[in-house]
Amino acid sequence: MKISFLNNLRILLGAAVSAVLLKPSVAAAHLVTTGMGPVYDGIGHLLLTPEDLVPALAVALYAGLRGRVPGRRALFLFPLAWLLGGFSGFSVSSMPAFPLPAISFLLLGILIAADLRVPDNVFTVIAIAVGIMHGFFNGIALKMGPAGLGLLGIMAALFVLLAIVSAFVLSLKPPWTRIVVRVAGSWVAAMGLLMIGWFFRSQV
Amino acid sequence: MKKHVRYLDLLVCFLALIVYLSWTTPAQAHIQQGQAIGFVTGLEHPWSGLDHVLAMIAVGIWGAQLGNPALWLLPVTFPMVMSLGAIMGLLGIPLPGIEIGIAVSAILLGAMVLGEVKPKLYIAAVMVGFFAVFHGHAHGTELPPGQSGLLYSMGFVIATGVLHGIGILMGTIHRWPAGKLALRGAGAFIAAMGVFFLWQAVA
Repeated sequence: MKISFLNNLRILLGAAVSAVLLKPSVAAAHLVTTGMGPVYDGIGHLLLTPEDLVPALAVALYAGLRGRVPGRRALFLFPLAWLLGGFSGFSVSSMPAFPLPAISFLLLGILIAADLRVPDNVFTVIAIAVGIMHGFFNGIALKMGPAGLGLLGIMAALFVLLAIVSAFVLSLKPPWTRIVVRVAGSWVAAMGLLMIGWFFRSQV
Repeated sequence: MKKHVRYLDLLVCFLALIVYLSWTTPAQAHIQQGQAIGFVTGLEHPWSGLDHVLAMIAVGIWGAQLGNPALWLLPVTFPMVMSLGAIMGLLGIPLPGIEIGIAVSAILLGAMVLGEVKPKLYIAAVMVGFFAVFHGHAHGTELPPGQSGLLYSMGFVIATGVLHGIGILMGTIHRWPAGKLALRGAGAFIAAMGVFFLWQAVA
């Protein structure tokens, strides 16, 4: 009798624990509606915003063209500058009307297309300046949303992006592959010119 | 040599992917479909007119015939000059005879390929740059309403570059005698089509 009671109790307890464990909660299968969290929101923002993604790729391409030392510097300083710029953007509420990212498109595009051999320190300054500027605009855009964690996500994504792209460009040996990178740079410069064109069109 | 072949394979795959993507219909899964579709529209625009397609391919083939440094100088300068033409179009600055200019670009570039003409580098660059303004102007004036200007611009700049790339790849057969002949035939075809476009433009 006692044994059967213990058996029943065990079954009941097992059923209760199973019921608790199996109790359905929110499925969260549709990430578009529930969100993936601020870090992924930041990564998504970078990857889906051509105004940010293209200059980041351009920095990586140019870092690869310039070589190992400037590439390593950019790898660490560019995402850091972006993060600092982002935090400073939190205190600002409005975006400037002129599309300032167009300047980084133009500058980096021309540097890549011409394959200009600027001194390493100059390139480092350019990478930091571009990082701060784009980070600043990200800070303004993200402060009401993913905020600081979003910026951390962007910083991590930038680090990975720079590491992969600049290392790939650095590994390119045949001369014509370098030309392909330069052609891509001319596309970036052309996009920068067109961004300025679109701005002036909106003013007309 | 094997490495070169591998890189060439990669480039061909990349170009094929771009062409494939430019022909796919938009998924329209996201809210910003009106904005995002601008990129696809921009990609399609240079492909939508045979006059653009043939002229861009002629630039690539001619660059391949001329060899270095024209091989890379022409595709590098073209998008930047083209964007200046596009800005003129965006700002509503009129450019007379756009269609005629595009048709003449096909005639002259086709003729250059046909004759394997090798002028001085700056003459080739100025000639290609001059016609780039007409092509850019046409792209700049034809953004459908409600679409992202930046994404549209990115699309047509990339599509133009891909067309140059196709021309350069076609031009790689220049190393063989039969290839040279085939390229000259392609030049004759492009020039003949240019005459047809010109007839259409002035008729």
